[in-house]
Amino acid sequence: MPRKVHVQTTINGETVEYLCEPRQSLLEVLRDVLHLTGAKEGCNNGNCGACSVILDGRLVNSCLVLGAELEGKSLETIEGLADPDQLDPIQDAFLENAALQCGICTPGFIMAAKALLDNNPNPTEYEIRYWLAGNLCRCTGYDKIVRAVQDAAQTTS
Amino acid sequence: MAEKKDYKVVGTRPIRHDGVDKVTGRALYGADFYAVGLLHGRVLRSPHAHARIKSIDTSRAEAHPGVRAVVTAKDFPDVEDKIADLGEGAANVKDLQDNVLAGDKVLYKGHQVAAVAAIDPHTAEEALELIDVEYEVLPPVISVLDAMKEDAPLLHENMRTDEMGEKSENPSNIASHFQHKQGDLEKGFAEADVVVEREYTTETVHQGYIEPHNATALYNPDGHLTIWCSTQGAFAVREQVAEILELPVSKIKVVPMEIGGGFGGKINVYIKPIAAMLSMKTGKPVKVLMSRADVFEGTGPTPGSYVRVKMGATNDGHITAAEAYLAFEAGAYAGSPVGAAAFCVFSPYKVENGQVDGYDVVVNKPKTAAYRAPGATNAAFAAETVIDEICEKIGMDPLEFRILNSAKEGDIRVDGPPAPRVGFVETVEAAKDHPHYSAPLEGENRGRGVASGYWPNFGMKSSVVINVTADGTISLVEGSTDIGGTRAAIAMQAAEVLGIPAESVTPTVADTDSVGYTAVTGGSRTAFATGYAAYEAAQDVKQQMIERAAKLWEVDTDAVQFADGVFSTVNGKEEEIDFKGLAARLDETGGPVVGRGTADPNQPGPSIGVHVVDVEVDPETGKIDILRYTATQDAGKAVHPSYVEGQIQGGAVQGIGWALNEEYIYNEKGEMTNASFLDYRIPTCLDLPMIDAVIVEVPNPGHPYGVRGVGETPIIAPPAAIANAVYRAVGVRMKELPMSPGRVLKTLGKI
Repeated sequence: MPRKVHVQTTINGETVEYLCEPRQSLLEVLRDVLHLTGAKEGCNNGNCGACSVILDGRLVNSCLVLGAELEGKSLETIEGLADPDQLDPIQDAFLENAALQCGICTPGFIMAAKALLDNNPNPTEYEIRYWLAGNLCRCTGYDKIVRAVQDAAQTTS
Repeated sequence: MAEKKDYKVVGTRPIRHDGVDKVTGRALYGADFYAVGLLHGRVLRSPHAHARIKSIDTSRAEAHPGVRAVVTAKDFPDVEDKIADLGEGAANVKDLQDNVLAGDKVLYKGHQVAAVAAIDPHTAEEALELIDVEYEVLPPVISVLDAMKEDAPLLHENMRTDEMGEKSENPSNIASHFQHKQGDLEKGFAEADVVVEREYTTETVHQGYIEPHNATALYNPDGHLTIWCSTQGAFAVREQVAEILELPVSKIKVVPMEIGGGFGGKINVYIKPIAAMLSMKTGKPVKVLMSRADVFEGTGPTPGSYVRVKMGATNDGHITAAEAYLAFEAGAYAGSPVGAAAFCVFSPYKVENGQVDGYDVVVNKPKTAAYRAPGATNAAFAAETVIDEICEKIGMDPLEFRILNSAKEGDIRVDGPPAPRVGFVETVEAAKDHPHYSAPLEGENRGRGVASGYWPNFGMKSSVVINVTADGTISLVEGSTDIGGTRAAIAMQAAEVLGIPAESVTPTVADTDSVGYTAVTGGSRTAFATGYAAYEAAQDVKQQMIERAAKLWEVDTDAVQFADGVFSTVNGKEEEIDFKGLAARLDETGGPVVGRGTADPNQPGPSIGVHVVDVEVDPETGKIDILRYTATQDAGKAVHPSYVEGQIQGGAVQGIGWALNEEYIYNEKGEMTNASFLDYRIPTCLDLPMIDAVIVEVPNPGHPYGVRGVGETPIIAPPAAIANAVYRAVGVRMKELPMSPGRVLKTLGKI
């Protein structure tokens, strides 16, 4: 078995240290090492977006990043989005618009929507659809997801 | 019993009970389960579409550091070749077992052959490479028409065709042929002014749920097995694992975790018995996960098919005769949804002279599983486009034609039973009256199409227990895994009975030891049948609460009324107390109140949908764009309209994906060549417009609130509606699914 790498990084504003194998993806580290299971594995090759996280301000698929690459970086995951007493407006908008059915893609969509609204607080419908095209949902047909992001943009801007 | 009326909770849009867990990433799905000492299992799969297994040597894998156990089919008990009732349909236990781990032969690429448990997933993957399997490769047969040929390679040398009840003499890949007949077909076609007969083919498609299959099993030395997994039916998992491993059902506890989509594909077991066997060998909890490629290649998709439909009609638009020939790929083992296809193909219509022939055919592809209205989409693609051609020939509006020919309650169907009440005419009228249908559609290469879809829906068994809490809320324990908001839909039906808000219900999906038998979340049955059980449990609570109020007031129970959430009596003394007030006084009136309800309703009430679509076809690339989409559907009574709309929108989009680009692409060796979400492309949000879902409510007489299942129907109409729109856009009739750019260009004569 390969020697493990020591990593010190920032996750959801807190300093975190872990050991991981060089071959472990960030998604594996989040789920299997740190037990942050909000990022989901849908495909493990960057096609579905269910593992979306925000790394140094950029939306990435955590299955396509190695855990060892996190040294010195700053990561936001779905677990860090809500305050203890209040959901993020995007989370609220997903609930109010019934923008989830099975919910497996939801954390990824919410992180992708957050990355979009952080960069573009007033996106058009086309911009929302373009930005979220890297996240697959098989349940909703996307209608209510797009409306939720439109709603969240109204609330946050 | 149900009439159209207003309710206080049913028909509103509360926030779903499991919502916060699901938007914060806290909800635990099957793959999120963790246990101390957990081992990780991975499965070796056949690289060949068809081969005899000459030998399997696991010794190198077993010697690999970190490996704790290896299993193959040799580790199975010898099960009988018998048919077991599994709640939703029966299955041959030997086939089930053989599909979980191949015995003598592998029958498709991806067929499970052996499995390893190791200290981590990567070590398990390394060990798979060290299992030596010697194969004798056999010629595969991939398409249904090829498999039906007399000289086709045989998958099962001992399979005989069940030819309308008689067994054939010679072995064949045709597992069965059945026929439904009514009236006089010849006479019907002779009366027709117009007869259209067309052939259609559809390719294998997958449910495409985003969450891969998963299972963690722990076997204790006392013989108790626990399985944590994502499944559409915890009890169905229990039954299958019990049959495959010859364990008593009472020794198996299945804990349903949250489930990331199913659409019919998470009923059959694949890796659950393997996780159990690996735990039996190691004494440790073992988690087995599939990769996306495993899901495509190793789990049941819905069949490719060949369908021929012939229909005759008079110039004034009456169907005089209809005939369908349905040949469906079952995959590696018998059991395609051709029966359901035969049931649905002409169901919306009154067909006095009809015949439907169905063939169930094995091919070297994964054993098919249910997929949202299984079989109906294949059949409707044919029937609904033939109808469009007839309408064009006789010059009739296609929605008028549907109203004219709609089956009325009591009309005898081609397959025998009388048609139940369903709001077909109302649904067609909703489509006709929608602004979409009359909106001008300008521009080149654009066209509008319509089609309808019919699904009978299922009832089946459900159990619910309600505990009254001292603060006036209730906890509701049910056995239906929640794939799309059914906790809310079920809780709301109980709340309606008890006159409390939906938020006063805490629903829990329980494991198989903690709730009564409940069939799968499938067949569009959950909001209907488990909702029915919740209604019954709430009625039980209500009755007991009336008894408590009577005790409190020292009056007869007959003297206590319950309306709008308030118990009252006027018998001598005027008293009233609301549900919350009475719940606080249970201790002084006899202790806890527990209500129970079971249901096995036999009138699920079919659901029917009519879809209108505008497309634009790019004649240079062959790509079809969806410009506008409207879907109307009879929901009986929409319990939570947002989630009913969601079912309609999601189903329509799955149908759009099936229509436009989804297919298993095979090479000549019978290998699927596109087993990833990059190459098996499901629709993204950029491919789509908003989907306008229009709920029509014609109450189902078989449910106290008139509920009909809604989940499956919306996938049926899209391929036919889009094909009909493509014809109006560019003048060609598409007869193959998917209508991918290459097929469109071919049909246009451009390549």
